[in-house]
Amino acid sequence: MAYFILKRLVQSVFVMLAVAFLAFSLFRFVGDPVSQMTGVETSIEDQERLREDLGLNDPFVVQFARFTGDLVRGDFGFSYRTRQPVAEMIADRIPATLELGVVALLISLIVGIPAGVYTALRPRGALTQTILLTTLVGVSIPTFVIGILLIFLFGVQLGWFPTFGRGGTVQIGGWESSLFTLDGWRAILLPAVTLGVYQLTLTMRLVRAEMMEVLRSDYIRFATARGVPYRSLYYRHALSNTMIPVITIIGLQFGGVIAFSIVTESVFQWPGMGLLFLESIRFVDIPVMGVYLVVIAFFFVLVNLIVDLLYVAIDPRLRIRDLA
Amino acid sequence: MWAFIKRSEPLWLFVHSPAAIIAAILALTIICGAAFAPWIALNNPYDLASFSLMDGLLPPVWQEGGRAPFWLGTDDQGRDMISSILYGARLSLMIGLAAMAIATVLGVGLGLAAGYIGGRFDAVVMRIADVQLALPAILTALLIDGIARGVLPTDVQQEFRVVVLTLAIALSLWVNFARTARASTFVEMNKDYVQAAMIQGQHPLRVMFIHILPNILGPLLVIMTVDLASAILLEATLSFLGIGLPADSPSLGTLIRIGMQFLLSGEWWILWVPSIFLVLLVVSINILGDFLRDVFNPRLR
Repeated sequence: MAYFILKRLVQSVFVMLAVAFLAFSLFRFVGDPVSQMTGVETSIEDQERLREDLGLNDPFVVQFARFTGDLVRGDFGFSYRTRQPVAEMIADRIPATLELGVVALLISLIVGIPAGVYTALRPRGALTQTILLTTLVGVSIPTFVIGILLIFLFGVQLGWFPTFGRGGTVQIGGWESSLFTLDGWRAILLPAVTLGVYQLTLTMRLVRAEMMEVLRSDYIRFATARGVPYRSLYYRHALSNTMIPVITIIGLQFGGVIAFSIVTESVFQWPGMGLLFLESIRFVDIPVMGVYLVVIAFFFVLVNLIVDLLYVAIDPRLRIRDLA
Repeated sequence: MWAFIKRSEPLWLFVHSPAAIIAAILALTIICGAAFAPWIALNNPYDLASFSLMDGLLPPVWQEGGRAPFWLGTDDQGRDMISSILYGARLSLMIGLAAMAIATVLGVGLGLAAGYIGGRFDAVVMRIADVQLALPAILTALLIDGIARGVLPTDVQQEFRVVVLTLAIALSLWVNFARTARASTFVEMNKDYVQAAMIQGQHPLRVMFIHILPNILGPLLVIMTVDLASAILLEATLSFLGIGLPADSPSLGTLIRIGMQFLLSGEWWILWVPSIFLVLLVVSINILGDFLRDVFNPRLR
């Protein structure tokens, strides 16, 4: 058990190092940092002095080590565009994106799992066929069109929900949350649904496929023959055995949710990290781009680590194998 | 030959699947319309002389004020919506097809080689694939685009916008091909015909491309279809975000972005006509992909 966790931790550190290297290469080789920081009137000597001060003439490995050290200490440098510390800029935007992502994921699970179970239990039903066709269409509609559609229907035509921004927010110890005001909930609903639709169809299809697979297995047939009540059969014996792949995918999806929040945030002008990343691409603001990558990778690694630990908690077989 | 095709299983399945037939007709219509756009479109959205402001903001014909040649209305500049869409689809399909082709060649090549050679080469390719799989395609494409912006000087950038976009999309889609090709190659490697070819001392490239490749085409074809849809969606999304193509060469995504400005006004068609068109295109390709998957995977039937 301890060995398993240790192994995963080491792997995670290597992934983070790889991403840090990517961010470092971005910073170092895409454009010249010195020419970004100085104007046209800066003399060549001054530029050279700055280059020396910044340590850009040091060996590659030394520079990378210093870069990684700065990252670990939370020193993310300054934005080329706004001259603010990148750490502050990102930290300001993290709550908005995380809240959006978590609400979207919740929506996709709360709707997706029951829908998947239902369509697996009644594979030939009319409702099942309708749901399956709807999801196929749902997968094919690009996120941004779904967003525009929701804005058009519920924002413009019906006027039920705001069409942009976060609504009322509350400060809770440096975390700016929109989940504690009615206004904030109204604002988060449309973007969260937009972001959740794709994950919802994925969750549903996966739960359905897994359920159908499990229902065909011998132990379910045996339980049926033995006269186990259907409710207990489906939910206790079958569903709990489909949860391992479902949890894996949810972990993997979280990265997708965060990435697709770039699109959703752009449609709804949601002030999160995605919008910041888009702006930084448009202005070739390399430090912000690099740090965004590192932060996203960090969330991703963290979620996957938690998922792996959950496996051990859910599946007793993993614990036994470890003892052997 | 005809008798063979007539008796073949995929054709039988196709004839008995109404969804696949409708999707195929729809996709073919759109592709033909896009391919022949210069000959069938009313006006050329790139050519200012071919449309006039006088025809601006006409609604579709079934609405009050719409008139005949502009069946689906016009935008604020007087461009016929159908013409803009055909030209947009032309660009979107071209980028999508090119990106898919590049991704296929790159992915299948690397996957085949990884499966055939194995060992360290395989490990390296698969680790790269793992890392890239962790980053969603849209993020990869955005990142490549951003890097290109930083590396290329501005004037070169404008010229190579389409190339950069195509490459960004292709590089974010190759992983699927590589993984599938590798897995299928592993299965084929153990079969007698491959072993025989290797024992005969045939060149590895010959074994890979003449012997193995034709036998793993089925699943690859499915991925090609699905990835074409993804490529078109990616391009549309990037253009919608304003990262892809500039406004003077409007692809479907750019048209939708322009249409967003009319969201709050009454001119709904400028936004919804290209959106519906994009969705129809992608849905029909996805349905075809689903159909192909069923054909090549009898277990699911």
